[in-house]
Amino acid sequence: MTVWRDVIGQEDAVAVLEHAVRTPTAMTHAWLFTGPPGSGRSVAARSFAAALLCPDGGCGTCRECRTALEGTHADVDVIATEGLSIKVEQARDLVALAAHRPSVGRYRVIIVEDADRLTERAADALLKALEEPVPRTVWMLCAPSVEDVIITIRSRSRHVRLRTPPVEAVAELLTRRDGVDPPMALYAARAAQSHVGLARRLARDEHARIRRHDVITMATKIVSVGDAMGAAGDLMTIAAEESAAASGERDAAERTRLLEVLGADPTARTQPPHIRSQLTSLEKEQKARATRFTRDVVDRALVDLLSVYRDALVLRTGAGTALVNEDGRQVVQRVGELLGPDDLLRAMDAIGTARERIDANVNPLLALEAMALDLRLPR
Amino acid sequence: MSDQVAVHHRVPPYVLVTGPEQLLAERAVAHTLDELRVTQPDLEVIRLYAGAYEAGELTLHASPSLFGGAKCIVVHDLDEASDDLQADLLATLAVEPEPDLTLVVVHKGGARGKKVLDGLRGAGARVLDAPAIKTDRDKSDFAAHEFRRARRKATGEAVHALVEAVGKDVRELAAACQQLIDDTAGVIDEQVVLTYHGGKVEATGFRVADAAMAGDAGEALRLLRHAIAVGVDPVPIVAVLAQQARQLIAVGSAGRGRSVDVARDLGLAPWQVDRARRALGGWTADALATCVHAVAAADFEVKGGGRDPVYAVERCVLTITGQHARNRT
Ligand SMILES: [Zn+2]
Repeated sequence: MTVWRDVIGQEDAVAVLEHAVRTPTAMTHAWLFTGPPGSGRSVAARSFAAALLCPDGGCGTCRECRTALEGTHADVDVIATEGLSIKVEQARDLVALAAHRPSVGRYRVIIVEDADRLTERAADALLKALEEPVPRTVWMLCAPSVEDVIITIRSRSRHVRLRTPPVEAVAELLTRRDGVDPPMALYAARAAQSHVGLARRLARDEHARIRRHDVITMATKIVSVGDAMGAAGDLMTIAAEESAAASGERDAAERTRLLEVLGADPTARTQPPHIRSQLTSLEKEQKARATRFTRDVVDRALVDLLSVYRDALVLRTGAGTALVNEDGRQVVQRVGELLGPDDLLRAMDAIGTARERIDANVNPLLALEAMALDLRLPR
Repeated sequence: MSDQVAVHHRVPPYVLVTGPEQLLAERAVAHTLDELRVTQPDLEVIRLYAGAYEAGELTLHASPSLFGGAKCIVVHDLDEASDDLQADLLATLAVEPEPDLTLVVVHKGGARGKKVLDGLRGAGARVLDAPAIKTDRDKSDFAAHEFRRARRKATGEAVHALVEAVGKDVRELAAACQQLIDDTAGVIDEQVVLTYHGGKVEATGFRVADAAMAGDAGEALRLLRHAIAVGVDPVPIVAVLAQQARQLIAVGSAGRGRSVDVARDLGLAPWQVDRARRALGGWTADALATCVHAVAAADFEVKGGGRDPVYAVERCVLTITGQHARNRT
């Protein structure tokens, strides 16, 4: 057992990191982990932290390893933003934290999971800390790609690029770690296009599979202008349902916990003013998180939808590659029969445009409507 | 939203006002008190608020006073009631009501206080609803009812224009209705509303969108520039353009049913369906699809994707009017 066991399909990256753990001269104070969503950036960073803190360089079983992986180690701080951005105040807190010596271990590690969500001012604040490294403090920044991080931060950190893990590796992880049946694990890994977190959700949650199926079949159902607008509305509904399913319980639990911490009665309908203001700021945070989450879910649905057209193209070329939608072969075939290669490319462009627009804050429903109109099938 | 004044039969000992719309709830309470005062001009009114309630208060007030006289206790916010208040209410309900005592309980919604609600209903309370006024349809119904209640006739277009101008806030809408009732005579038509609230109506994206969807490029541009000049943000204007195009497509795809039925299915007000149907004469489905594309592109530009947001909206409006049948050959 090693600390790297959950860092799947990343042999090159792991080799670099292991080398840094063993060789003091190969170590540096700032690392930038990049890779597509679900490729395991955060897992890689945590494993690296564990290896740095473990007396055996990453045994995977000792206390240091376990707590570092969980994110509960006293000298490992994991900053995961749920909102749309990491604000300058948070960044300043991190910089202050970085100045402290580790309390128990050899290093203090600060993992910033969404370095792409640093505001400009927050990035500037961090930059100061990266320019004047504190001995034994290690920064690990995670982002989808280097372009998502400002160049000054990029140039001061060592870059570790993660790749999309192979489907088989993801399936194997689901089976080994989460006890998923091998056929289900393979389906989920393929359908999630190797996004580990999503694959796990698909494997475990039947509703998630149904929602995905609804999205996929949309490709065969849009003929008229009215169909297109309806499909866009349905997509939003599916995303909102998924978002609500994921956040409802958690929001309520957070509220109860906050009230308990403040010594208030969680069952009371009216709270005193000083507690109400705390509740309001929690609700604001939860709303920001819900907005981000719904957007992420819409984006995921679009990736799913895109996979149908890509599969249809693969099928047309006659290449023997396995389809993302092996389970939805009929849908893919139908789309391939109705649309020529140019149409398929146009549909993929439309989906790409919608993703860009939603990312740029365009009203998601409107962006989806414009997209769905371009997905109309010939009568 | 019914008229609650009915002087000919006595108010029962218990009244329950239920629903989230504060304005309607306040009115229901006020009507009840007015009705009681018809027969009991010296009515003593005691108001208890759940947030500040102290155990035993209700019982104290509910016991007959030395000098007699009619009394009405209004309990506000049952939905926020402490256990004490709920217990006291249940205790009051458990005994024979005092003659000359009326208990009015206000409940905004939710599960809290359910036992008391059941108790009130079981004891034959008069139930007055204060339903939420949220959608444009609710607001139109509300405004139309305000005029009807004052025995004034208002046209559908007038109600529509009023809701667009001041419909964001129900109280403001109610006040605007009252002002029109007080200050004007005869039928309230769109022109009357424009005279009173024209600035606000014109400066909204609705007018711009109406003109654009009617294919009137000159008027749409004039209204757009006016709106921008008085400080309206391009973002909500684009949102309204999207909404109008969406409505036209929805109504156009909904078939030929009665407008009331179509309105219910689509969550619109019947006048919105009628208006969309009139506007649809100038449109094909493909032309509307082009509009949606133009609006989505404009939304991207006004949200930072383009250099000149105002130009982006203008171009979008012109694309829309260009798609209208009267500008196509
Ligand atoms: Zn270890």
